[in-house]
Amino acid sequence: MIAALIFYMFAGLAVASGVMVISARNPVHSVLFLILCFFNAAGLFLLLGAEFLAMVLVVVYVGAVAVMFLFVVMMLDINFLKLREGVAQYLPTGAVIGLVLLVELAVVFGGWAFAPDVEALLAAPIPPTDQMTNTEALGRLIYTNYVFLFQASGVILLVAMIGAILLTHRTRTGVRKQKIYDQVGRTAANSVEIRKVSTGGGI
Amino acid sequence: MFEIGLSHYLIVAGILFTLGVFGIFLNRKNVIIIMMSVELMLLAVNLNFVAFSSFLNDLVGQVFAMFILTVAAAEAAIGLAILVVFFRNRGTIAVEEISQLKG
Repeated sequence: MIAALIFYMFAGLAVASGVMVISARNPVHSVLFLILCFFNAAGLFLLLGAEFLAMVLVVVYVGAVAVMFLFVVMMLDINFLKLREGVAQYLPTGAVIGLVLLVELAVVFGGWAFAPDVEALLAAPIPPTDQMTNTEALGRLIYTNYVFLFQASGVILLVAMIGAILLTHRTRTGVRKQKIYDQVGRTAANSVEIRKVSTGGGI
Repeated sequence: MFEIGLSHYLIVAGILFTLGVFGIFLNRKNVIIIMMSVELMLLAVNLNFVAFSSFLNDLVGQVFAMFILTVAAAEAAIGLAILVVFFRNRGTIAVEEISQLKG
């Protein structure tokens, strides 16, 4: 009963904030509603017993991805109202395609059932929660059976990091930086000049 | 009604996914909102994975949901970096004006 009410609260808020993400006039509001949506999805994950993923969702999505969106939205100086022109023009197409997709999902959903021998096909049964926490069970799995995929996802993140830095980095001209290599490399021969000064003549 | 089964979660995920697709069409000019819609769709997929994992009592779904999370984070980082570079070069992020690759 209470679990059902909590589910409906999380699900309703997630869907409502999803609607607000795509319909808010101000992109900053969109990002904030996206954060709300992520929080509610994390709540749904908690209800499903995936505690680790719920926390990862909050930390990674809300803490990193959504804040990155917020940075970009606030950093770019764009007239966002101008970008919203023509929404009414795209609304029918989008509504039709969205409706078709929803109907297709409903059709798939209506004619679907678990295989009869599904219990025998489990790759990694979830251990009882009183024996092992969700995090520990997940860790035992990703560091053994899925270690290559785990390492590959690490490589993907590294590539993304390097790519993002390389894309956005620019060498600015006219910046006075300390070049330690040049400072240490100076010798008396190329930095001091000894002139013979004639009396009364100057240099 | 008060017995929450797998179908409830699938319906929520389906609605969220459709909202993501709808958002792409609704905000055809604003790349940032389009990327947020893509994040919404990935979230719906993750919800499906976790729901099946929980109701089938199989942990692998959660493992793959985590990998999707990783890829989504990488995609957002690269996408936003490209967006920033594009804005720096052209001074706009309107999707319709992104046509340089057409030649």
